[in-house]
Order: sequence, then structure tokens, then C-alpha cells
Amino acid sequence: MVQVFLIKYAEIAIKGKNRYLFEDALVRQMRQKLYKIDGQFKVFKESGRVYVKAEGAFDYDETVDCLQKIFGIVAICPIVQKSKMNFEELKKEVLAHVEKEYPDKNFTFKMFCRRVDKSFPMESNDVNAALGEAILEAFPETKVDVHDPQVKINVELRPTLVNIYSKSIPGQGGMPAGTAGKATLLLSGGIDSPVAGYMIAKRGVTLDAVYFHAPPYTSERAKEKVVDLAKLVSVYTGPIRLHVINFTEIQLYIYDQCPHDELTIIMRRYMMRIAEKIAEESGSLGLITGESLGQVASQTIQSLAVTNEVCKLPVYRPLIAFDKDDIVKIAKKINTFETSILPYEDCCTIFVAKHPVTKPIVKAIAKSEENLAEKIDEMVERALDTREVIEVQA
Amino acid sequence: MEVYLDNSATTRVIEPVRDVVVRTMTEDYGNPSSLHRKGFEAESYIKTARMDIAKTLKAQMKEIYFTSGGTESNNMAIIGAAMANKRRGNHIITTTIEHASVYNVFGFLENEGFRVSYVPVDEHGHVRLDELENVLDDETILVSAMYVNNEIGSVNPIAEIGTLIKKKVPHALFHVDAIQAYGKYRIYPQRMGIDLLSVSGHKIHGPKGTGFLYIREGTKVRPLLYGGGQQNDMRSGTDNVPGVAGLGVAAVEMYTRFEEKIDHLYQIKELFIREVQTLEGTRVNGLTGRDSAPHIVSVSFEGVRSEVLLHSLEERKVYVSSGSACSSNHPAVSGTLQGIGVEKKYLDSTLRFSFSTFTTEEEICYAVDCLRELLPVLRRYSRR
Repeated sequence: MVQVFLIKYAEIAIKGKNRYLFEDALVRQMRQKLYKIDGQFKVFKESGRVYVKAEGAFDYDETVDCLQKIFGIVAICPIVQKSKMNFEELKKEVLAHVEKEYPDKNFTFKMFCRRVDKSFPMESNDVNAALGEAILEAFPETKVDVHDPQVKINVELRPTLVNIYSKSIPGQGGMPAGTAGKATLLLSGGIDSPVAGYMIAKRGVTLDAVYFHAPPYTSERAKEKVVDLAKLVSVYTGPIRLHVINFTEIQLYIYDQCPHDELTIIMRRYMMRIAEKIAEESGSLGLITGESLGQVASQTIQSLAVTNEVCKLPVYRPLIAFDKDDIVKIAKKINTFETSILPYEDCCTIFVAKHPVTKPIVKAIAKSEENLAEKIDEMVERALDTREVIEVQA
Repeated sequence: MEVYLDNSATTRVIEPVRDVVVRTMTEDYGNPSSLHRKGFEAESYIKTARMDIAKTLKAQMKEIYFTSGGTESNNMAIIGAAMANKRRGNHIITTTIEHASVYNVFGFLENEGFRVSYVPVDEHGHVRLDELENVLDDETILVSAMYVNNEIGSVNPIAEIGTLIKKKVPHALFHVDAIQAYGKYRIYPQRMGIDLLSVSGHKIHGPKGTGFLYIREGTKVRPLLYGGGQQNDMRSGTDNVPGVAGLGVAAVEMYTRFEEKIDHLYQIKELFIREVQTLEGTRVNGLTGRDSAPHIVSVSFEGVRSEVLLHSLEERKVYVSSGSACSSNHPAVSGTLQGIGVEKKYLDSTLRFSFSTFTTEEEICYAVDCLRELLPVLRRYSRR
């Protein structure tokens, strides 16, 4: 069996002279992803269109599912693709298509012809009229509705090819992976950060990730869970380099030296500092967090200001104005939710004070951090030196 | 040094068990149901295991049914007995400190319409005989009680319970979950009034996925699994020859030089308790000494979260369990610690240490040294 898919992409089309870069990236992504599933696939460009030709032992649903996870694809249209033909042949093909795809003929439709091949003897409108008539005649239950049709039957007359299709399966949208630089994601075991990473990666950004591990307060299983989450996110984003930082020593030092209600905010400032160092050395041009305004004490507008103050790199917070329910919806869609809710404690919660500060002031926090001056630099160095780097790939 | 003190969770398979498992997987791999010699040879492993196990219980070979482990044995015993005897009555009894594989089965039967009584325990974790006597009635068809509790190592007076049941309601069946007791006690079902007895293989240095249910001759039990009619139609499914052979060898090993091994376990346990009591802010739950199981100690550590202590010990290659299921991923499933009246503040601060005959005094001292080192540090860093 052979099935051809027409791949629609939206934003790439407007990228001017860079267009080929984006298209090539998309094609590359598609080849890489399709390589991993059963079947033979040919991904090819033909005058401003990208097609996938699936042959051999491919599974239709698996193929569509795979394409649906690729950033940059707006829609996937399963098409009938033939070489150039005359109107009578075209009519036969269109009728065959309708016959096969719509067992229940009780629907309204509209014809959409695009005549790129100007040597075709009929104009688009004439083709539409003639084909519409043919369908109405062959299947009397069908009706034409030019304003709000249930089925849009597309016929593309291209220089060498004819495409017939009427179904469009939605894709991820966004930009092809690897077309927009790199950023470093602060990844915890929670619901939010994997979603944040996914959202930024959807704009074409390559991800690195940092996880702060605090043994023995957080278990091996908690770390394993983060690796699993990174793996789930990488289904969409491509490979992720995960840096696991042992944060225990720093955390305990802060606990010893600073007011307890400021522990979480100071801890987060050090996480940002460490993440920025990792970002700088790997060429990341931004940090990504799953912070959402007001969700917890460390995510109030005051706390975010205090956390943000320690880094120079831009911090992308795609979930900043999202309600939890909406974040959960995306987490479920990208399949990270089930893993995120496994009950292992992460390092942000273990020492959390009963009443942490919710409106910290930069000056006061900076003053408290002075108590750390003696050893903290050395500890941060050590944390960076002893990190574990895991290459995660779905 | 690696110190494995989680032998109530599972045990290391001993060499002779491994050898027989490998042999029955690679050489004598026949299906006992096959008519040819290869099948017959495989069958002889099952026969030997059945005979060896029956001997340890002073039971008959036909009273031993092999299963996939403790959970299946408990399910088969309880559901099977309840279903087969429901015409006699609708009342079944268990205790408040059972393992989930008993407790949740009773929950299932309760939903199916059985009347369930849960008998409480005293402060040592022993079934209250007076309470049991009160709830036993003519409608009672089954009583299930564990022999050794898996969390604190308390030991129920099984023979007394058996006598009480048979005196008050002669037709009621008595099921004993002996998963933590088999290999640690000499258990003779016939004399103790036990009709059904569950045992698991991997708790006695046998393979995982193995176990058996003793069903006293003449006891009515409905099978859970139907199929090819293996094991006298009671438990269909191709015989797990490697597992059963391994289980048989493990059982024999457990009861060889038995007294010597038990003495060793008690010495280890006493040493551990003595040492651990020198640490500040610790509390041993349940009875100690020969009134409790030889291989389980439950200790609460004031002001320390069990999970954190567990992972700290893990960093020093000392492996233990958190003492109460309350602190693991299933909140409030277990009632053992609450059942014996342990204060709430200790519930999340309890570890279970469990030994095997391979545990050495040196390992115990190392583990306690680790605790001595860790406790002050962990207490300093706690939630304020």
C-alpha cells in the first residue's frame, strides 16, 4: 500500500529568505522521526510543498501520530496523488475518492480547485462546477453548500502532479525544532516545568535542562521521574541534555545561615544562578521556568522580581498567566501529567517553612545572602563540577 | 560494606535454589503435563518439592497447591473459601493489622455482600481473643489472621486462635497468612486448627513469583483460575517447574539446622535492639526477645522522617524499609502501627529492619554506627 500525505505549514511560509532553512529543518525533523517507526517513508519537497510518501509495512495511525508530534506542521492531509491527467480521468479519480472516503453520502460539500498548471484546458471555476456536478449526479444524497460545507474537496492541478484530498488532520503547529537557538529549562518533577519546556520548544528552540537533586531528601526515584519527564518532553522537542545538580550541600548551608522563611526564595535564587552558569557554557540564550504568577509563595510578583534579579539572561516563563487547570490540560495532552503526579518529593518542598515570605524585598534577601559569603561560591563550583549529565532522547 | 536489612521485603536467592532453577530452565525444561519422558522428568521436580514442603508442615502432599506467591495464596484461600461456603453463612472475620493482600481481599468481599468483622489487636499487636470470641457466630464461615506481622514482627497465638474458632464455630474455616512466619516457626496446621495457610517463596530465599497454599484435606475451596485442570483442578496453568523446584529447595534449606538458624537470628536481633537503644530518641515498637519474630524490628526515630533516613542509609549501602505503609505511596493503608497505639508523631518516623540468617554482627554494628552518625544531622535539618 502507498499513502501520500501533504504537509501544511503556516508560519514558515512567511520567513522570507530564511524560508529554505525552516523548510529543510522541518524535512530533517520528519525524516528523523519517521525513521523510528515501521515502514518506508520518502519526505520530499515539490514547488513549495512538503510531502510524505509512506510505503511498505507502515501503519496509517502510527504515521499520522508521529507526524502530529512534529513542531512546524499545521496540518496533515492524506491525499490521492497521481501524475498529470485530463479532465475525464480527474473526474474518475475524484468520484473514486468520494466513494471510498465517505460511506455515508449524506453531507454537504464544496469544491476547491487550484490550477497551478496553466496548461490545463479548463479554468479553476469550470473544474469546480464540472466536478461538483459529477458528484451530485453520482451520489444524489450529497448537497452543495458553498458557505459552510461539511466536506471541502480539494483538487490541485500542479505542473506534473494531481492532488486530491478532503481531510485535514491538525498538527502541533509552531516552528521546526532546532531553528531558534537554545534555552535551558529548570526542570522539576512537577506538572508545570515540562509543559513550559514543551511550549518554548514549540517555537523551534532546542532544550537543555537542569534538575536540582537533593539526596537523601529526594530519592533516586524522584530523579528517575525527572529523567522520565525529560524523555516524554523530548518526544516533541528532540534530544535534551539534562544536567543533574546535587543541591543538598547548598540547601543545608542556606538552612543553617539564613532566616527560615526566606529559605525557598534564596534557594531559588541559587538555582537560577547555577542554571545561568550552565546556560552560558552551553550557549543557551535564555532560561525557561514553569513559574505561574501567584501559584505558590515563591511565585508571587514580588518573589519573581527577587528571583529574576540574579540573572542577566532573559527568563522565559510561558505559563506565567496560566491557571493550573489549563496547565494540566496541556500536561495531559503531551502525556507528562501521569508521570508528574507520581508522589516523590522534590527539593523545593522538603524544608519549606510553614509561613514562607510572600513579599520579599531584594535588599533584605541580598542582605541575608551575605551570611553565605564564606562558602557559597565554593559550593556552587562543586555543585557544577560534580553534576551528572544525562543525554535524554525519546 | 553492603548491608541488606530488608529481608521481610524479599531475600537473596541461595545457590542451591539458583542451580535447580537454572537446571529446570535449560535442561529439564519439559512440561509436566506432557506424556513423554521430558514431561515426566519435569514432573518429578514438582513431586519432590511437594513432598519436601509437605514434610515441613507434617501435612500430606495433596494438601499443597503451588501458586504465584503470597498474594495469590491469600486471594485463593479467602475468596475461594468464602465462595465455596457461602451457603453456610455470610460472615467472615479478619484483623485490623493484616497485609494488603488479605485486607483488600476482605474489602472486595465486603463489596460483594459479605458481612466482615475486623478484630482489633492489643498494644503488642496480638489479636484480641476476647473480641474474636465476641464476633464469632453461627454465620461465620472464615477467619483469617496473620501469623507474624510484617511491620512489627508481632506473633499471633495461632494455636489458641485455632482452638477458639473450632470450639465456638466448628464449621468455620481458619486461614493463616504465614508469609513472614514460614521458615521461622515450625508450623503444623493439623495440630493448630489451621485449614488454609499461605506461604511465599521469595521471603525464604526462593524465587519471586512462587508460593503455595496449604489446603487441609476436605476443605471446600473454589478455584480462582480455570483452564487445563492442573493441580487437581484447583489451580490451572502450566506448572511453574523452575519456580516450584526452587521453592522446594528453599523450604528444605530453611528447616535444615533450624534451631541453630533461629538462635542466630535472635542473637542478631537482640544485638541490634541493644545497640539501637543506646541511640537517643529511639523507640522499639512491639515486643522484643523470644516473644516476637526473630527477624523483624520496628524502630521509631523521633524528629526524623523515615524516608529521609532510609535514603541516607541507602547512601551508606544500608538497605531498609520505611516502617509503616503510611509513609510510602499509599497513605493510610496500614493500620499496624496505629493499631498498636504508636503515637502519631512516630508514624512517619519509623523504619523496619529485617534480618536473614546471613546477617552478621558486623553488619549490625555498621548499620547502627551509620544511624548514630546520621540521626543528629538529620534532626538538625528538619522542617521548622
